[in-house]
Order: sequence, then structure tokens, then C-alpha cells
Amino acid sequence: MMDTLILSRIQFAANISFHILFPTITIALGWFLLFFKLRFQWTGDLKWMEAYRFWVKIFALSFAMGVVSGITMSFQFGTNWPGFMETVGNIAGPLLAYEVMTAFFLEAVFIGIMLFGFSRVPGWLHTTATFLVAFGTTVSTFWIIVLNSWMHTPQGFEMIDGVAFATSWWDIIFNPSMPYRLAHMLLASGLTVSFLIAGISALRWLLGDRKKSVRSSMRAGLIFGAILIPIQIFAGDMHGLNTLEHQPQKVAAMEGNWETGPNTPLVLFALPNEETRSNDYEIAIPDLASIILTHSADGVVPGLNDFVAEDGTVLHPPVGKVFWSFRVMVATGMAMLLLSWGSVALMARKNAEGRRLQIDRLPKLLLIALVPMALSGWVATLAGWYTTEIGRQPWLVQGVMTTEMAVADVPAPLVLSTLLGYLAIYAALLLAYIGVVVYLAVKARHDDPLDSLTPSSGEAVVDVISRDKRGAAIPAE
Amino acid sequence: MELFGYADEIWLPFVFATLMGVSILLYVILDGYDLGVGILTLFAEDDAQKDMMVASIGPFWDANETWLVLAIGLLLVAFPAAHGLILSTLYLPVFFLLVGLILRGVSFEFRVKARAKYKSFWNGMFFAGSLLATLSQGFMLGLYVMGLQFNTGTFVFAVLCALALTVGYAFIGATWLILKGEASLQVNAVRWAKNCIWGLVVGIGAISVATPLVSTRIFDRWFVWPDMLWLSPMPILSLALLALLWRSLAHLPQENDRWAWAPFVSALGLFTLAFLGLAYSFYPYVVPEKLTIWEAASAPESLIIILIGACVVVPTILAYTALAYWVFRGKAKALRYD
Repeated sequence: MMDTLILSRIQFAANISFHILFPTITIALGWFLLFFKLRFQWTGDLKWMEAYRFWVKIFALSFAMGVVSGITMSFQFGTNWPGFMETVGNIAGPLLAYEVMTAFFLEAVFIGIMLFGFSRVPGWLHTTATFLVAFGTTVSTFWIIVLNSWMHTPQGFEMIDGVAFATSWWDIIFNPSMPYRLAHMLLASGLTVSFLIAGISALRWLLGDRKKSVRSSMRAGLIFGAILIPIQIFAGDMHGLNTLEHQPQKVAAMEGNWETGPNTPLVLFALPNEETRSNDYEIAIPDLASIILTHSADGVVPGLNDFVAEDGTVLHPPVGKVFWSFRVMVATGMAMLLLSWGSVALMARKNAEGRRLQIDRLPKLLLIALVPMALSGWVATLAGWYTTEIGRQPWLVQGVMTTEMAVADVPAPLVLSTLLGYLAIYAALLLAYIGVVVYLAVKARHDDPLDSLTPSSGEAVVDVISRDKRGAAIPAE
Repeated sequence: MELFGYADEIWLPFVFATLMGVSILLYVILDGYDLGVGILTLFAEDDAQKDMMVASIGPFWDANETWLVLAIGLLLVAFPAAHGLILSTLYLPVFFLLVGLILRGVSFEFRVKARAKYKSFWNGMFFAGSLLATLSQGFMLGLYVMGLQFNTGTFVFAVLCALALTVGYAFIGATWLILKGEASLQVNAVRWAKNCIWGLVVGIGAISVATPLVSTRIFDRWFVWPDMLWLSPMPILSLALLALLWRSLAHLPQENDRWAWAPFVSALGLFTLAFLGLAYSFYPYVVPEKLTIWEAASAPESLIIILIGACVVVPTILAYTALAYWVFRGKAKALRYD
């Protein structure tokens, strides 16, 4: 029988894993929608409006999933982890309060106008609402990342009688890992959405949907993906170096390195064994870990054995989970790099009409490969979060409190029952969500393109088009 | 820093208790009407009417629910000791509340985006989620009033509160539909409101009787001369509002939609008075008879940081919330993205 601590941890992990899927989409999709809307206003080309209309549905669905799973998170602090707020509430509290006050209400109020207000408000107000929703999701990311980063690299506080008190809010907000983590997360969201758009558009194209909006959104997805992935690799590397400085035990687990020393090899494959404290079936490239982490072959890389107390207490994270999560993330990133750059390179050739950057230059096999890549962002994001969060264990707040110190004294069977309840609901909703996204993509094939509509095809649409034209007359806001 | 001669540790927890109270009240009223509309969808005449009922709350529900996040957030940040105690005591009801909110929140989207054949399933989830969330809230309110004690008596009382709140939310939902609905929907809404008014009476009545009986401290607070005199407007106003409701419901709907606002506004008044009564009973305790707001409060340095932000942000939130209600004023129309 598992104990309350491990069950509570699995429950929190399940909730936060389910939750993060949807903000990862809405953060960047909000900006993509603003991009589509502005492109429409500048060019007057209805294909951009068509792209907006399709993706706003997926945005609305993802947003609702994010909202309801986010509410669950805020309650779990109290139901399962009361020790967290009792110990560091003076720091975490204001950060969470600012998130609710500056971001949640902004998103929640303007999403109504963004989704349903198109025919009720002037064009500029609708565009502003779209901007404010995208801005709100980003501000929300900022506050959450500030708090999360502070838990990894805490500073700007003092402990009095076991309770943290803030001494410098500047130091708390701009803690050492915050800029790297924020950049890494925002880029992850950008990549998730780029590949989601490319993948779903590839699916629609393969199903025979030849609308201009499918071409344009697919191209936008691939090009943004190709631009963001090298930046992400660079940002990830910087983030890793920052982690090496502040949480060497996490990097040691990521590398599967047991002994501190120079000329550390880069382990490609291994089954880390915490019983023998060594790697089984290791395949490694000599010196490469030292070169990557210290930029010199004889640079010293920290090892896990430094993080075992004299009484045998292990103060480093579980090695296998961190090691493999990290590899899944990197491998997914490499697939993103390969496919986006490959696609852009192929599209760079002129097509039959002599135009460049057209998706009909892409071979069918590549399009098929892009379809499952619609979920690649989710895989990489989850693997990355597992790397950093499992890599924080056994600490909840690095060096301040362990996870064990925060857990509530709820009977294990009770936690098990709610855990099973959440798992069942999340599994069902995840299936329903993916099913509906695919269904929307399949169904869109039968929609008429917006620019084929003549005045006889319905007053509402004509009214909208004339509204849009009015909106387009307003300079870019 | 002192305010009116009171030290930080005294006035800041008071201000935050007030802020939290206002958030809870706003949540109960706002999400109350949209949860109520969700419950009433069971009684809709047909699918089109169901769509119209959902349309009347579609642009608002998310912002309404955010008041719960703020309320629970304020409890979390301002009274961390109470937050853990209350929520881990109410572990299971909180789970059911969250399941309810999850199901109904996603049903808004799934019911119109999934394949047509699944629509009735998601309509069912929308109703069930609204019902489950409401029942859990009423149950938690009942247990809280009983001092967070578990025994047969408190359990029965909590179940009674759960039922009463469900009927009460259905009532305020019906008054919202009188305001936002037209034709047969409005006629139905008037009937629903008449059928549900007893939930409000029983709920408010039961809690008003039970609270002073559970705690002698609360009893002494209400039934001492001359305080009784100052407090008498509360029950008298409540009765007056009930009478107004009764009269207006009897004569609705009217030509040119006159008085359609009256039931909703009276319902707001009743909920507010009931809430003020509860707040007066429990103050200064945040965990009944166990933990006062001062004992549970966070450090003043942290509270002041939040308060400064709140002074700027909360008026802004209220302003753009007003904008949203203005944009979607008038009778509900079908929800469309174009």
C-alpha cells in the first residue's frame, strides 16, 4: 500500500501534467490568433479570417480545459499541501495573488468579448480583446514561472521560526533561474502551437482540404517552428548552465553522472541503477558532457555521489526518471529541428506556378510525419517539466523545505480514491479533447471558403465581411 | 504603518477578511446564477431553449468563476493556517466541487464542438456538473456553519443546506433568465422562479435558526438588547424583498418587458443580506470558534504588497467586467464566433 506522501505527489503530478497541456497551447495560440487577425486587417485577405475562425474554436476549447484544471490546482495547495503555504506563504501568496489579479480576470473577462463579441463590438475593440487575452495568458505565465523559479532558486527572504519572510521582492521576482525558465517555457509554448498548427493543417491537406487558409496556416506553423527551435535549443542550453550553477545535483541526474570529475562522457543510453550507484548498459561519448557543460574537455562535472549525506540520506533526485525525461525532451526537440528545417528547405524550391514557400512542394511522407508532430510540443513540454520538477526532489523549495514537510495528514485511501477519480476524468477529457480537435479538422473540409461567399449566401456573413472591411480601414492597432 | 491608530497586524487582516468576504459574495451571486441556469437546463422545453439558456451565461461564466479563484486565493495568501485546516477537513466535498466545475466548464465547449450525436451527452454533463458543484458548495456551507464538525446531526444539516442552496441557485438562475430571456423561455423562467423561492426561504431560515443554536457566542451576539434593535433591519429588509419578489413574480412577464429586472435585483439583495448575516455571526473567526482572522493571518509585509496591487487592480477589474456586461446587455442571443 502506498503512503499518503507518494499518492499526494502522484495526484499533484497528474493534475499539473493535465493542466500544463492547455496553457501551453493557449499562451502562444492567443498570439497566433492576434497574428491572423492583424494579417487579415492589413491584407484584407479572407483566408486569414478563415484561419482565425478555425483556430479560435480550438483556443476556446483549450482555454476552458485550462481554466477548470487550473482551479483544481489552486484548491490542491490547501487539500494536500498545507505545509507549503504555512512555510513559504508569505512569498508564494503575493505572487499567486498578483497572478489572479493581473492575469486571470483579464483573460476571463475579455475571452467573452473575443469569442462572442465579434458582431457586437467595433473591430478595434475585438482586436484589443484578442490582444488582452493573449497578454493575460503571458502575464499569468510570468507570475507562475516566478514562483516556480523561486522554489528552485530561492532568495530575497529570511527564515524566522521556520517561516519564510520576504526581505526583497526584487530579489524574489528576479531570482537567478527565472529569466531562463520563463524564456524556455514561452518558447516551448510557441513551438507546441507551431507544430500543432502545422500538424493539424497537414492532416486537413492530406484529407483533401485545399483552402488557402490551410496553406497559409501550415506555412506559418512551419516557419515559426523553424525559427523558434534553434532559439529554444540555445535557451535550453543557457537554462541548463544556470541549473548547473544552482542545482548541480539535477544536472548530475540529467547526465547520469555518479562521480564528480573531469573528462566526463556524455551518456547516450543507460539504465541508471540507484542500488549499485552506477549505470547499467551505458553507451557514452568520451569527454562530451564536460565540453557541453564547461566548454572544456577536462572541465569538472558534478556527480551524484556528492549529494549523499554521511548518514546515507540521499539528497539528489531519482536518477532514472530525470535522466530519461531529459532524453525524451531533447529527442523531441531534435525531431522538431529536423522536420521544420527539412520542410522549410523543401518549400524553398519554386513550385509549378513558380512560387516559393508553397506546401505542395512537400512530399506526402513528410506531411504524414507532421501529423503526429501536432502533439510533439506536449511531449517535449511534459518531459521538460518532469526533468526540472523531479530534478528538484527531495526538495519542495530548494534547501528550505522538503516535499515531505508540506504534505497534509489525509488518510492514504482517501487520497487514492480522489486520485483515481481525477485520473479517470482526465483520461476521458483528454480523449474527448483530441477527438474534437481531429473532428473539427475533418469537418472543416466541408466548409466553404469565406471568399467564395456571395451576398446571397446569408446576411450574417455579409454583414460580418462588411464589418471586417470597416475594421480593416482602421490603422493597425 | 498605522491606520486610524491600529497597528498593521490588526487592520490588515480585517481588510483582507473584508476583501475575501466580498469575493465570496460576488462568487455566490455570479456563479450562483450561472450554476442555477445549468441546473434549470434539465427543465428546458427543447434543445433550442437549452441553447438559449447556455447562451445567456456563455460570455460571463468564466469571469464569474474567477471570483472563486480570487476568494480561495485570498484565503490561501492572507490566512494560510485557516486555508489548510478548512480545505483538508473538507477534502471530499472539495473534490466533488472540483469534479462538478470541471465537467460543466468543459461541457460549454464540448456540447457545441463535438459530433452532434454526443450533444445530449454533454448537455447531461453540463447539468450534472452544475448540480454536483452546487450540492458540494451547499454541503460545505452547512458543515462550516456547524463548526466543521462531523457527526450525524451536522451531516443531516449539511445535506439540508446542499438541497436548499441548489434550489436557491436555481432560483437566482431563473431570475437571470427572466431578465435575459424572451417569449416561452421567459414564461418558463417565471414559473421556475416561483417553484424555487421556497429553497431560498428554507435555506436562509434553517441557517438563521441553526447558527445561534450551535454557538452560544453567536446567540449572544444576535439576541442582546440593544444590539437586537440595530440588527432588526436585516430580517425586516429580507422579508420586504421576499414580498417584492412574490408580487413581481405574480405579474410577470409584462408588456415591454417592464419589471423584468426586479426578481434578479431582489435575489441579489436577499443573497447579500443572508451573507452579511453569516459574516456578522462568524466574525472575527475564519475557522469557526477555532481560529480568528488575526491568528491565521500572514505577515503584514506580504499583505501590504498585495493590498497595494489590489487598490489599483480591483477597480480596473470591476471596470472591464462592467464593460463585458455592457457589451452583452439586453436579451441573450445565440452564441456565435462571427
